[in-house]
Amino acid sequence: MQIKPLSNDEKKSLIRRLQLILPREAVLHLNEDLTPYECDGLSAYRNLPLVVALPDSIEQVQAILKLCFELEVPVVARGAGTGLSGGALPHSDGVLLSLAKFKDILNIDPVQRTAVVQPGVRNLAISEAVDQFGLYYAPDPSSQIACTIGGNIAENSGGVHCLKYGLTVHNIQQLKMVTMQGEIVTLGGTGLDAPGFDLLALMTGSEGMLGVFVEATVKLLPKPQIAKAILAAFDDVVKAGAAVGDIISAGIIPAGLEMMDKLAIKAAEEFVHAGYPLDAEAILLCELDGCDMEVAEHIERVKTLLEEGGATEVRVAKDDHERMTFWKGRKAAFPAVGRLSPDYYCMDGTIPRKHLPQVLKTMAELSAEYNLPVANVFHAGDGNLHPLILYDANIPGELERTEEFGGKILQLCVEVGGSITGEHGVGVEKINQMCIQFQTGELTQFHAIKKAFDGKGLLNPGKAVPTLHRCAEFGAMHVHNGELSHPELERF
Amino acid sequence: MGDITQKLQQQIAQAFSSNSPLRICGGGSKDFYGRKIQGDNINVAEHCGIISYEPTELVITARAGTLLSDIENSLSEKGQMLGFEPPHFSDTATLGGTIACNLSGPRRPYRGAARDYVLGSTILNGKAEKLHFGGEVMKNVAGYDVSRLMCGSLGTIGLLLDVSLKVIPKPEAESTVILECDVQTAIDKMHQWVQQSLPISACSYANGTLYARLASNEASIKLAHQYMGGELINDTKYWQQLKEQQLDFFHTEMPIWRLSLASNAAPLNLQGEIIYDWGGALRWLRSDESADKIRHAVEALGGHATLFRNNVNQLDPFHELSPGIHAMHRQLKLAFDPANILNPGRMYADI
Repeated sequence: MQIKPLSNDEKKSLIRRLQLILPREAVLHLNEDLTPYECDGLSAYRNLPLVVALPDSIEQVQAILKLCFELEVPVVARGAGTGLSGGALPHSDGVLLSLAKFKDILNIDPVQRTAVVQPGVRNLAISEAVDQFGLYYAPDPSSQIACTIGGNIAENSGGVHCLKYGLTVHNIQQLKMVTMQGEIVTLGGTGLDAPGFDLLALMTGSEGMLGVFVEATVKLLPKPQIAKAILAAFDDVVKAGAAVGDIISAGIIPAGLEMMDKLAIKAAEEFVHAGYPLDAEAILLCELDGCDMEVAEHIERVKTLLEEGGATEVRVAKDDHERMTFWKGRKAAFPAVGRLSPDYYCMDGTIPRKHLPQVLKTMAELSAEYNLPVANVFHAGDGNLHPLILYDANIPGELERTEEFGGKILQLCVEVGGSITGEHGVGVEKINQMCIQFQTGELTQFHAIKKAFDGKGLLNPGKAVPTLHRCAEFGAMHVHNGELSHPELERF
Repeated sequence: MGDITQKLQQQIAQAFSSNSPLRICGGGSKDFYGRKIQGDNINVAEHCGIISYEPTELVITARAGTLLSDIENSLSEKGQMLGFEPPHFSDTATLGGTIACNLSGPRRPYRGAARDYVLGSTILNGKAEKLHFGGEVMKNVAGYDVSRLMCGSLGTIGLLLDVSLKVIPKPEAESTVILECDVQTAIDKMHQWVQQSLPISACSYANGTLYARLASNEASIKLAHQYMGGELINDTKYWQQLKEQQLDFFHTEMPIWRLSLASNAAPLNLQGEIIYDWGGALRWLRSDESADKIRHAVEALGGHATLFRNNVNQLDPFHELSPGIHAMHRQLKLAFDPANILNPGRMYADI
């Protein structure tokens, strides 16, 4: 349904009523106070909210949502604002609901290996708090120092250890959620499953469209006895890609398996001096963890496989210090690439790994066509590509060209059987590409799901799932394989 | 044999227009599970066959009627397996039923449940629309996770046509440590061993014996055994019988309850016998106690109880949902199946 803009009186009334729920300083409505909330990690999109609400109790969240439900005011929930798809982009006529004050770890159960945390707890803070018990929280998005668990759940965040340890959806057990109507419900349970539908799975990755998360029970893993890393250089990215398949075919699931291409290697090396071979076309970083004896055997096998797979150089980290150095370059890859160019645009497509050569080749062609360089950082184990397109936003039209180029990369991912987003979410950024990923039937089903939870369409409107009309307009511009997508719809 | 999508689609379309309920049937191996329902049978068993299997991508896609045993055999040939170790309960078990019931075996706490391995699915909703969600890649956050929502939904919101699953390599070796001890010692050890990063792939306790399965290479298993004590055996029979409910414990006419709760939850003060699986998080209870008493005791510990087998009095098998959650189920059911024709009442009276 359409969100109707508020009159000035209605705006004032909304702010007044929020001030009855929250202390005055927890309701921000002056422009200078709103500016820090105008965007998330995708700063190309900016918008001031009408008002920012900063509750610190579940009751306050309930009261705010009840009020917004009554007044039919949109609500955009926000954690740390590190998201890369504009999922937390504010709505001009809406409340930006910040969960930043929910910062407490409420309980740690080292025996059952769970922690109960508020949504504003930082991802890394969980692992730090449970380190004393020899435990950690596995999903590790690269923003883990800043990003919060509420946002991680909303986006189903991944990280470099997904292939072995899963995404956020695999690592949460219970979720308390406030509905748009202001009711609180508990999804999941204290055991490993719950009766009824798997609402926990539905909520994970729902991008703030179905409810507001106010508490989560996360699963913790025991720290592995040992972790070893190996770095291999290749003179050809195709060989590097094939080597990944060789390792997995051998029955070995690495804890992390990352690939970087020449431009990314160069950027990272110049930035943090990780000792990466600058003449390589690609490097693979492979980490194995688990029991001492098993890791010792597997590292030898991986070394042999890499050598047989044509690696020009294979280095096994001597110790933890060298292992961390190997990773330092990878972890700094984004900011490192950022030094090469005034701006960069990070994509997030996934592909079946076997199509890597074709996708890289087409991407290189597109890069030449658009005259925009691309550095590739790749979660090779799970097929998640992060092409970083280098551009300069100060050059008129260059952002638009970059977005168009990015859109083509995502379209390519869909064509080879992959996805437009592996871990960053759709948000506002990839909303048009959703029209390529899905047909009318699926999109209609998504809208029906949305309606089941939020009949008035007030939670994060305009994000994650495009309207059919939007797809019709987008489809008119992008004819795929000579077929118009969504042909049943009239064109505007 | 093969692709009968059209036939299934037509049958649902007809049922939709005539408002007549359908009863989705696969191999019938889990007919006992859930509420008894009326309706015209819609048979998915013929909709079978492995569509694609790529060992190096760790992904298999198969039609819902494919025999679970065919899938497991194909994986085994390539040294791979389903990580959630699903029970079959009969040779006729199909992939569709396995996913629709979301039942997982002893490996579950250490490697994940059926729902954790689902990457994508194609379904027919209650309007006979063929819809595809997720895909064949490990990471995919485009759109709501409908594929996982299908797991355990008992066919009430969609008929599964095909499913893509992540698969994992088989461990190089698996052996079982067995140890005689009391229940509290068993529970403590199950937790302690995992916390020490031992390569545990299953933990159960029955009749005064603790069983801990180790999955790794021989050297690691040997080392872990030295630390754990007890006797090391290579026999897999116990796990097979536990998973398939073939132990003597299950040979009964008494109600069998499935209790899901925190692995370290206190022992329950209920009459009857208990077998512990999932490192304590799943407890099978053989008891004549009243349903109310059992549910109340489990709920007090934050868990839930399912009347799994021998439901002679046709009680509601699944634990009651809170009103708020139940309302969500109703809304979701309507969102997928507005005419209420897909397995209506299989899960709850109105779901």
